[in-house]
Amino acid sequence: MISAERKPFEEIKASISRYKKVLIVGCGTCVAECAAGGEKEVALLASQLRIDASREGSKIEFKEMTLDRQCVYEFIDQVTPVADKYDVILSLGCGAGVQAMAEVLPKVHIVPALNTTAIAETREAGVWLEDCRGCGDCKLDSFADICPITRCAKGLFNGPCGGSKEGRCEADPDSPCAWQLILTRLEETGRLASLDEIYPPANWAKQQGKGPRKIVREDQRA
Amino acid sequence: MIESRLKKVLTMGRFAVTAECGPPKGADPEVVRKKGSLLKGFVDSVNVTDNQTGVVRLSSLASCAILRREGLDPVLQMVTRDRNRIALQSDVLGASALGIRNILCLSGDHQGLGNQPEAKGVFDLDSVQLLKVVREMRDKGIVLGGDALSSVPDLFIGAVENPFGDPMSYRAARLAKKVRAGAEFVQTQCVYNLPRFKAFMTEVTDKGLDKKVAVLAGITPLKSVRMAEYMAKSVAGIDVPEEVIDRLKGVPAGQQRAEGIRIAVETIEALKGIKGVRGVHIMAIEWEEAVPELVEKAGLLPRPEG
Repeated sequence: MISAERKPFEEIKASISRYKKVLIVGCGTCVAECAAGGEKEVALLASQLRIDASREGSKIEFKEMTLDRQCVYEFIDQVTPVADKYDVILSLGCGAGVQAMAEVLPKVHIVPALNTTAIAETREAGVWLEDCRGCGDCKLDSFADICPITRCAKGLFNGPCGGSKEGRCEADPDSPCAWQLILTRLEETGRLASLDEIYPPANWAKQQGKGPRKIVREDQRA
Repeated sequence: MIESRLKKVLTMGRFAVTAECGPPKGADPEVVRKKGSLLKGFVDSVNVTDNQTGVVRLSSLASCAILRREGLDPVLQMVTRDRNRIALQSDVLGASALGIRNILCLSGDHQGLGNQPEAKGVFDLDSVQLLKVVREMRDKGIVLGGDALSSVPDLFIGAVENPFGDPMSYRAARLAKKVRAGAEFVQTQCVYNLPRFKAFMTEVTDKGLDKKVAVLAGITPLKSVRMAEYMAKSVAGIDVPEEVIDRLKGVPAGQQRAEGIRIAVETIEALKGIKGVRGVHIMAIEWEEAVPELVEKAGLLPRPEG
C-alpha cells in the first residue's frame, strides 16, 4: 500500500483558515489500511475541527465524504457535483489522490491533510514499514527479497558498509541492517554464492526518467 | 612525471606508513599546509578525508592539490554520498590532472550523522561500483557506459574495509569483492582488538588476497579514557576492547596521551608480524602532532626516499 501520516492538527487548521465551507474527502484504500485517511480518520478529523471551531466561536461548515479510491477518476466523479458548494477540499488521500482530484476539479482549491511517506507493508497492528521505492527495475530476486535501495540507509547494492554492528544500521540503530537481513536470508536459502557478483550501478533513468513516469497500455484503453 | 609514492614504497616491499589529514571547517589553505608539514618526512602518503562524518569541510580534492604542491603524496578520499556518477568521474579526472596519484573509494558516513542531516544522500554508486569505475577509467580508458576517454587518469586505487564490522563472517569476502572490483590497496578501520584483526587477516591470507592487495592496518592513538569510551560506544564500526580502556584508566589523566601512544606503538609492532599486513594507516584524529612521535617510536623511520 501507499503509507501516509496525518499532518499535525495545527498545520491542517492553518492551511484551511481562510475558508468557511470545507469538504473533507478521505480514501478507502491504502490510507485507510494505514489508518491515516479512511472513513474513520475523516470522521475524527472533522470532529476535531468542529470542536476547535466552536471553541473559537468560528462558524465553519465541515462535510465528510470518503471515496473508494481517490486516485481513480470514476470515484472522484462523486465529488464533482458537490464541489462548487465548498470553498476548499481537505483531502485525506495520498499525493496521487490529491493530484487526481486537482486534475478532475481544475477550479477547486484542494489542500492535503496527509504526508505521504512510502510504499509499505503492514508489519503488525500500528506498524507500517517502507519496502519499495518504485525504482522501476525490480531486483529483489538478487537480494533475497529484501530491497537494498529501500531498506539500506545508503542504498548499497554491494553491502554491507562498515557501520553494520550487531545487525543494526549505523544511520538508525533502531533499524536492522538490511545487508545483515540479506546475508541471513541468502544463507538460509543456500544462495550465499550470489554475493560474489559485483552488482552494477542502478539505472536511475527508470526511476527518475524525464519527469513523471507514465504507463500507457493500449490494451486497457477504451 | 609524478608517481604515487605509496605505490612505490609498497612495490619496494617496504612497510608503508600513511596518515590521515582532516581538512578544516573553513577556507584557509594554511591549515592544510601546516598539517601536511607536520607529517612530511614521517609518512609516505597523506589521506585527505572527504567531508568525514557528513560534516562540511574544505574539499578533499582541493586539500590534496594543496598537499601535492607542498611535495606530499596525497590520497584522495572520495565518498559516494555526495556526488553522482557524473561528478565522481569528473573529479577522478580532475584529481589525476592535479597530480594526485592515489584514490580511496568509499561510500561515506551517512549524511544523517553530520551537520547537514537534511541533505539528500546521493549514493548513485556504492564503493564497490566506484572502485570498478575508477579501475576501468584507468585500465580500459572508458567511463561508465563505455565512452572512451581522451587520456586516462593515473591513480593507485584503494578501498577501505572494517574487520570489526558485522557480519564478521562476511568481511574478508567483502574485501575479496573490492579486490575484484579494482582495489590495489586497502586501509582498515582502526585496530584495537588484535585477536579479531588476526582472525580477519587469516581469512584474508587463506583467500590469497594478500597477494593481490596491500593491507594497511588502521591505527588511531587514543588521547584519553573519554575518547576510548566514546569510540567504543558511539562510533559506528569501531571495536575498543574493555582491557584497552582499563589500561588507560590505570594511568593518571595527564599521562593518558603517552599511554595511548604506547598502546599504538605496541599495536604497530604486533601488526608488523601479521602475515599480509603491508603497512599502517595512522588516523590521529585532530592530533596530527602525534604522528611523528608514533612513527619514530614504532621504528618506522627513516621513510624511504620518494
